Amino acid sequence: MTLHLTNARLIDPETGTDAPGALTFQDGVILGRGPAPKGAEVFDCGGMCLAPGIVDWGVKIGEPGERHKESFRSAGMAAAAGGVTTIIARPDTHPVIDMPETLAFVTRRAAENVVRIRHMAALTKGCEGQEMTEIGFLLDAGAVAFTDAFRVSTNTKALARALTYARSLGALVVGHPQEPGLSAGAVATNSKFASLRGLPWVHPMAERIGLDRDLGLVEMTGARYHADQITTARALPSLVRAKANGLDVTAGVSIHHLTLNEFDVGDYRTFFKLTPPLRSEDDRLALVQAVAEGVIDVVASFHTPADEESKRLPFEEAASGAVGLQTLLPAALRLVHSGDMDLPTLWRALSLNPARRLGLPQGRLAEGAPADLVLFDPDAPFVLDRSKLLSKSKNTPFDLMRMEGKVLATWVAGVQVHKG
Amino acid sequence: MTFRARHLLGIEQLEPSEIVSVLDLADRYVDLNRRTVKSADVLGGMTQINMFFENSTRTQASFELAGKRLGADVMNMSVAQSSVKKGETLIDTALTLNAMRPDLLVVRHPSSGAVNLLASKVNCAVLNAGDGRHEHPTQALLDALTIRRAKGRIQRLTVAICGDIAHSRVARSNLILLGKMENRLRLIAPPTLMPPGVQDFGCELYDDMKKGLEGADVVMMLRLQKERMDGGFIPSEREYYHRYGLDAEKLSHAKPDAIVMHPGPMNRGVEIDGEIADDINRSVIQEQVEMGVAVRMACMDLLARNLRAERGRAAVGVMV
Repeated sequence: MTLHLTNARLIDPETGTDAPGALTFQDGVILGRGPAPKGAEVFDCGGMCLAPGIVDWGVKIGEPGERHKESFRSAGMAAAAGGVTTIIARPDTHPVIDMPETLAFVTRRAAENVVRIRHMAALTKGCEGQEMTEIGFLLDAGAVAFTDAFRVSTNTKALARALTYARSLGALVVGHPQEPGLSAGAVATNSKFASLRGLPWVHPMAERIGLDRDLGLVEMTGARYHADQITTARALPSLVRAKANGLDVTAGVSIHHLTLNEFDVGDYRTFFKLTPPLRSEDDRLALVQAVAEGVIDVVASFHTPADEESKRLPFEEAASGAVGLQTLLPAALRLVHSGDMDLPTLWRALSLNPARRLGLPQGRLAEGAPADLVLFDPDAPFVLDRSKLLSKSKNTPFDLMRMEGKVLATWVAGVQVHKG
Repeated sequence: MTFRARHLLGIEQLEPSEIVSVLDLADRYVDLNRRTVKSADVLGGMTQINMFFENSTRTQASFELAGKRLGADVMNMSVAQSSVKKGETLIDTALTLNAMRPDLLVVRHPSSGAVNLLASKVNCAVLNAGDGRHEHPTQALLDALTIRRAKGRIQRLTVAICGDIAHSRVARSNLILLGKMENRLRLIAPPTLMPPGVQDFGCELYDDMKKGLEGADVVMMLRLQKERMDGGFIPSEREYYHRYGLDAEKLSHAKPDAIVMHPGPMNRGVEIDGEIADDINRSVIQEQVEMGVAVRMACMDLLARNLRAERGRAAVGVMV
């Protein structure tokens, strides 16, 4: 089938352009931007934005082990509704995805989904930071990257070996920059606010120390490295320096750290309890600028489903994390509406950069690229109602907030999977 | 008299006028408590439940006595006997108790914010008897009453709060209250026990105790919260006592008529010298305990008035 999308505002992160145009795709592949070929079905985009689908890197899905929180099916529906066409899933499930057999199981479970789901595998067995996993077999089984998710290894020697081994296979390692001793037990960033609320705090320096350690190991081993989340201004100079020194390093940030700050926790609202904790407004502003300038490469939701019970607890005891597949796009558009960046720049971080870094062909509107697309109205206002989210878990910090940006249609491999 | 609060969760929510209302009423209860017949039928027929998720003898006794003197039916529930140990969540425990229709719920919990969470789920008045490192409002109010009775005012005083400020909910509630009443505040602690950002509260910070005590009207000592520490905040108790324990020599740097306070229980020889604690000319520690009962009576009286008014409005169908 051939579909010709006409009267669109094409957001192309690869060329950095935002211009009116048309796009044709056939059999799941983009054909080009020319006039409608003969026999093509024509779809009028009504002047709305057409962009590559979002590649959301670091999504927690409850399979295996916690299907009551999120299944592949519910995650896929939420993703399609949020303009996410590729989910990069985390391995910190129960059990951990640290063996090729487990990876084969989840790959099979995820195969018949409305969106594409690719998996990261654990870097060390059980994500415990002691012994490396079968990185070679896991690569063969389709792992796109290796990570222990939010667990930080204190066994630096074991980590160095894993990085050395990963390098020989060209595998990408995703780290969580955090000094585990300094951040032990902390649920807030050290500040007047944390003091006032009486919450255990961590100094933002813990992130820089963690990053500096990881970058030191990268320099030592030559591994390919991606820092999952940089959330403090203090860590940015280390990242800039590492990139300038030619290390194969990239970094991401969560949309929540780009749009919220520590004060949003307010009166112990546990839906704002995240890992790492929300930071100061100064940090947030520095991060937004870093994304605009390309210092931070990737923006993702770090979708972490949590059931109601685990959030209805005193703040210190409550589960950490927020769902984000469906709110990533409207939340990210805040950065455009605030004038901090334009749409192609934002889409570079949401789609092109993560795809490139993971060696995926997505994130582009060029001829031959997969027809993974999102059509959205960047200005449509709405008030978020968390009960309407398609995730099984509804733990969003954006409940009842005013947002702008609605997904009108999502295509994955040329098939429409969502209609807004 | 102004006091609008539905719950007493922290000093942060109170206006200065509300603080003064509590203190004025508490003064009258001090007089009552000094009589032989100490009962007042203010809470007659009402039920008060004391829910202590963290062990406490003095605070629980003080709340129990306050409730009984006001004529409430008081029930104590300590965590050792409760279903929390069987895995029940805080909210379920609260809902279960709420179904028994108490009027006043006094709660202490080891997690910051736990009492706020509980208050949002019940329809009686909730009093925070201390939550984690967050707040302990009745302690700050009783300290304020003690200061006002000793110094004749609760404004324009120089108050030094010394010791384990990082782990202390007493310090937080006190510095909020004393700040709202426009006092000059000094925090004295080793830097490892000083919480971040406190300079933004308008406090002066000292790690040298003698300098910090210079010219102070009130010296408020805090207990070293050994149970909240995960190790390594101070080198040893003897070095702590040497540098931050209140003894006669250090106290001589404060004003000659400075009063010495401690929320108890004291670690004698760790944060305070036994002789200072027992010096009836300087120490008001026993008065603090006495004021505690009166302040808690006043708080419960005021909350009960608001509760009755609210229920009265609901009964006649007035929109609120």
